[in-house]
Amino acid sequence: MAENVQHAIAQKKDEPAGANEWEPKIIGFLCNWCSYAGADLCGVSRYQYPTNVRAVRVMCSTRISPHIVLELFTAGADGILVGGCHLNDCHYITGNFYTEKRLRLMKKLLEDAGIEPQRLRLEWVSASEGEKFSKIVTEFTEQVKKLGPSKVKKDAALKTRASAADGASQTFRLRALVGKELGLEKTGNVYGQKLDQTELEKLIDAATKDEFERSLILELSKQKARSVKELGQIMDVPTDKVLRHIVVLRQKNMIAMEHPDGLTPTYKAIEIGGEQ
Amino acid sequence: MADTIKVDPKDKPRIGVFVCHCGTNIGGFVDVKSVAEYAKTLPDVIYATDNLYTCAEDGLVSIREGIRKHNLNRIIVASCTPRTHAPLFQATCESAGLNKYLFTFVNIREHCSWVHMKEREKGTTKARDLIRMGVARARLLIPQEEQRVDVEPSGVVIGGGVAGMTAALSLADMGFPVHLVEREAELGGFVKNLNNLYVTEKSATDTIKPLIEKTKAHKNVKLHLGSQMKSVEGFIGNYEIVIGAKGAEDIKAKVGTIIVATGALEYVPEGLYGYNQYPNVVTLTEFEILCKKKALPKMKNVAIIQCAGSRGQVKTYCSRVCCNVAIKNAINIVDNYDNMLGLAEQLGTVIEKVPVEQKVPEEIIERRRRRRGRERGEEGEADEVKLGPSEKIEVTVFNRDIMAYGVEHELTYNKAREKRVKFVRYTTDHLPRVYMEGNQLTVGYFHETLKLERTMPVDMVILSTPLVAQPDAGDLSQMLKVPLGQEGFFLEAHVKLRPVDFATDGIFVCGTCRGPADITEAVTQASAAASRAAIPMAKGYVQAEALTSVVDENKCSGCGTCIQVCPYGALRKSEKGLAEVIVAACKGCGCCGATCPEGAITMTNYTDAQLLAEAKAALQEEV
Ligand SMILES: Cc1cc2nc3c(=O)[nH]c(=O)nc-3n(C[C@H](O)[C@H](O)[C@H](O)COP(=O)(O)OP(=O)(O)OC[C@H]3O[C@@H](n4cnc5c(N)ncnc54)[C@H](O)[C@@H]3O)c2cc1C
Ligand code: SF4
Ligand code: SF4
Ligand code: FES
Repeated sequence: MAENVQHAIAQKKDEPAGANEWEPKIIGFLCNWCSYAGADLCGVSRYQYPTNVRAVRVMCSTRISPHIVLELFTAGADGILVGGCHLNDCHYITGNFYTEKRLRLMKKLLEDAGIEPQRLRLEWVSASEGEKFSKIVTEFTEQVKKLGPSKVKKDAALKTRASAADGASQTFRLRALVGKELGLEKTGNVYGQKLDQTELEKLIDAATKDEFERSLILELSKQKARSVKELGQIMDVPTDKVLRHIVVLRQKNMIAMEHPDGLTPTYKAIEIGGEQ
Repeated sequence: MADTIKVDPKDKPRIGVFVCHCGTNIGGFVDVKSVAEYAKTLPDVIYATDNLYTCAEDGLVSIREGIRKHNLNRIIVASCTPRTHAPLFQATCESAGLNKYLFTFVNIREHCSWVHMKEREKGTTKARDLIRMGVARARLLIPQEEQRVDVEPSGVVIGGGVAGMTAALSLADMGFPVHLVEREAELGGFVKNLNNLYVTEKSATDTIKPLIEKTKAHKNVKLHLGSQMKSVEGFIGNYEIVIGAKGAEDIKAKVGTIIVATGALEYVPEGLYGYNQYPNVVTLTEFEILCKKKALPKMKNVAIIQCAGSRGQVKTYCSRVCCNVAIKNAINIVDNYDNMLGLAEQLGTVIEKVPVEQKVPEEIIERRRRRRGRERGEEGEADEVKLGPSEKIEVTVFNRDIMAYGVEHELTYNKAREKRVKFVRYTTDHLPRVYMEGNQLTVGYFHETLKLERTMPVDMVILSTPLVAQPDAGDLSQMLKVPLGQEGFFLEAHVKLRPVDFATDGIFVCGTCRGPADITEAVTQASAAASRAAIPMAKGYVQAEALTSVVDENKCSGCGTCIQVCPYGALRKSEKGLAEVIVAACKGCGCCGATCPEGAITMTNYTDAQLLAEAKAALQEEV
């Protein structure tokens, strides 16, 4: 310990010159049993790291749903760190296997939204890996600094896309798929066919893209009624595809056609009812 | 204890914040006073102060007084880590009448002052942010009641080997009725196969006989022989079990706790060292059965090969017992060979259980008799061959290392050496080879000291193979929802601190079903498992922390996804076909909540709203 203290003291004595230069805000979701304990040990051992991470303690990393992460990115988080126990060490046996699957979905959705997936990081830190925790935080802070401040706050279009990603993450289809993913890999579907992992991931990725686009249509048409053409242009998606999404959304009673007497019909999201 | 303060979730929060200096541990690196001042500016904060040591008596008093004087209904302590200090501050809140679930911990020591020792300003900013996050969380907390669950004071032990019998008897002696479920027709388990036992050298049968008799006679033990568990439903204190025997009616019972003691099997070394290929290549267990039945063939040279299939060859682990078992048998051969010698004619009739009968066919024995006769330049029949007295028998133990751990085993090892048992080392680069040279069973090996290839004609090769998990352990693991480790043995909750508990409350494990162990260890574990199981049964109830999932029946569609992902079987379908939480079984991991496709599940104390409020407060620019 003494050595670490000395190490800390030997570190640069003064605050960096530009004390009010931009500092990223990083949220760290840490599981109680391993990564939070690892962060505790890091403190006890006095390993120093940058001040950017704000930890939120959860019982298990498996608690972190895609919705939580995506809502925070929509709210302007610069980076999010999810810490769990090493695989097979989760206090709740299988929790972090689900975390891993969910993280994949979150990254995919971030990508679809146009937010750098590198702003989200999953790390396994055991209760004895204090030093590792400091290294991870140091490295991740550097990485987020390189990416710069979240663009969501300034870029309204990006914020809409982020909201859409958040919305997609809450759809029945994606949540059910990711919830069943592990089980499908292990035991196969109801017909006893085991799906291999890449095939399953392909399926999920395709579903993710669809759900994201539908969710984006809803977000955009929440702002104002829009035509298919307009939606296609904003979203950079072919109009026939937009139309197909709209058919699905209308079936679910989530979007309504307006001005049907005008030349081009426009669509407006129905804000109450439907999927939430 | 003060009167309980009634807090309605709709009441306006009145938050008290106590910021700790922890001597200089925090105060030396963070401007604690300014942080406490800042806390006063946050929404709903009625009172904020700093303490030199919040956990010292005067700190705790200031919390209690704060609650009373300022009618506080949420308490935040910003100090060290909740992992060590939350129970203390929660108890303090409770002693002042405030529900402990209205307490919030903010860590500004391990996560702040100690890791930003050279950045006072930024560290102080971070401490302010962390407290702002705590306040955001505290505002949304609601009081929780802990559920008390009655525990049925009876148990079931699965497996009737030494471990299972010991565990059942311990519980029975404490006065708890126990069901003992053994799938075979007899009690005794693996030891039934064995000849004598190290370290006592006593007969295995005689050693376990009193245990079997006591188990059978105990009024509190309900024996179910030839039976298996058909189903288990429920949770700690309240398991509904069904025990089934072939051709008999199922027996239903309610028990409070479960002990798993299903033992292990010996690895069958198919394809290794000529097993099932050449005559007289047997496993340790087969050898013990031969000894016990006094059915050893005549022999002069015996090779025992250690680690056959363990330590990386097939199984990764060391099987712990085999070195000592091999030493025991080596001594046994030298000392008692004459007694265990069987009439060759009896072979094949006596040995039912092991496939040795196929391996030592009459002709082979005949052939060997003749060969030995020829070697001695004698003519005629085997009966005339006088095999030497026992000291002429040579036993060679081929080993990688001898793990004769502890006091007694090392002494036994020395004893074996005194009796001229040879120990020859091999390495994994040069495994011994077993083959037939003409009609002669032979071991080829590399002499590590002489650095030479050698051969040794032998009459029998005994393979020390590892104990392996029961092939159907997976079925039981699924029925009980307890995990197996990589090698198929049952996996305890914590290898150091909770060696006989499962992570699931109310289920315990002992004996070789949790990994290789000898009888001493199996019995020790069994006694431990029984006393662990007795804790909730003696107490009569368990208190479940209010950290569980909650299903919103209006949102649940009954898809069942949550039931699949819960590692503790803490969710089930209700009569309405919707998900229902078994509060006593739920551990509050949150997996179901993050999974439910309808978003119908939330966690007490860790709701989405609470987590998001806490995290979003971090993003807020300082106010
Ligand atoms: C060759 C050999 C020699 C040994 N020699 C010695 C020695 O000299 N000294 C020593 O201390 N130890 C020795 N041991 C170790 C000893 O055998 C074990 O420590 C002991 O058997 C462990 O007891 P147990 O009750 O845990 O398991 P077991 O004895 O294996 O008993 C488990 C019981 O559970 C039953 N069962 C299994 N599955 C189910 C189920 N699903 N439902 C119901 N019942 C079930 C089985 O039928 C069995 O009766 C030796 C082991 C071997 C392989
Ligand atoms: S996963 Fe959700 S919707 Fe499905 S059964 Fe469970 S609570 Fe109900
Ligand atoms: S919180 Fe965890 S333990 Fe509780 S019901 Fe959900 S998945 Fe099971
Ligand atoms: S408890 Fe740490 S990841 Fe589950």
